[in-house]
Amino acid sequence: MLPCTGRIDESLLLKAFENGADGVMVIGCLEGDCHYVNGNIRARARVERVYNILGQINIGPDRVRMYNLSAGEGAKFAAFANEFVGKIEELGPSPINVSRKAEHQKSIQEVER
Amino acid sequence: MITGTPKPIDEILEMVEPYDNIIVAGCFGCVTVCRVGGDKEVQVLSSTLRLAREALGKKIEIKEVCLERQCDPEYLELMRPYVEDHQAVLSIACGAGIQFLAEKFTITPVLPGINTGFLGVTERQGEWAERCQGCGDCVLHLTGGICPVTRCAKSIFHGPCGGSVSGKCEVSKDVACGWQLILDRLKALDQMDNYGKIKPYKGWDSSRDGGPRRIIREDMI
Repeated sequence: MLPCTGRIDESLLLKAFENGADGVMVIGCLEGDCHYVNGNIRARARVERVYNILGQINIGPDRVRMYNLSAGEGAKFAAFANEFVGKIEELGPSPINVSRKAEHQKSIQEVER
Repeated sequence: MITGTPKPIDEILEMVEPYDNIIVAGCFGCVTVCRVGGDKEVQVLSSTLRLAREALGKKIEIKEVCLERQCDPEYLELMRPYVEDHQAVLSIACGAGIQFLAEKFTITPVLPGINTGFLGVTERQGEWAERCQGCGDCVLHLTGGICPVTRCAKSIFHGPCGGSVSGKCEVSKDVACGWQLILDRLKALDQMDNYGKIKPYKGWDSSRDGGPRRIIREDMI
């Protein structure tokens, strides 16, 4: 977990997918409310770039999304988290995980033979 | 700086399709400043390629490196110990760096990950504009610091052409007439006398017309 979305960059988000994430949710402070002026605005632009990359390589752009919340909006956080998890469950495992599972099953079959 | 833009990922995937073990090489020079070929871009491109290839069930191993400069031999030499352990190098330096890399490591294919652009400046975050074409015979002292070769679409030397309308060039309403810029600047500098000093013709022998150029500084050899 990162304490500030200003530190998010594209490679961190992509690494999460390489490490097996089916979806990545980025939650920043409310726009206009960043302690460092525009950290969350920059994060939004970076999330958009990753959205485009995921679309181009057929992983599915909707697997990454940014939300903005204040620290006092616990109920809203839970609602957003549930919404995002629901969306990812609807999409199913990422093609990376599908490919890894197929490879794993293939190696088990080879051992059994 | 030398600017560039990333190649479309489909084009890069097609280039690396025959390989499963490559180097992605960035450069800490100009391409880092214009955010197309530095350390961060090496990481993003490498992750993107690994994800794309794994999703297709055809994994690729990538060594990520970023050299101080790919246009200087001493930095390229740092790659020598491991280049031949890989099937190809995908370079995201400028065209000069990519070619120098290919010259130094002759048995390893070198692939371009970016399209090299022009000699330009950062006008604002994310926006770069051309300022110099390296013609080899600078006249900026006569033109108020504005280059007629670069800023005029026709690279003419004797004032605006008939296509200049309301300070804009005929090639696009978004392009300022280079000569209008020069005249406005000369007036502001009270240097309109320079307008008449400009060379009667522009010799292009110091530019690209004679083929690839070379600079030899005897005092430094």
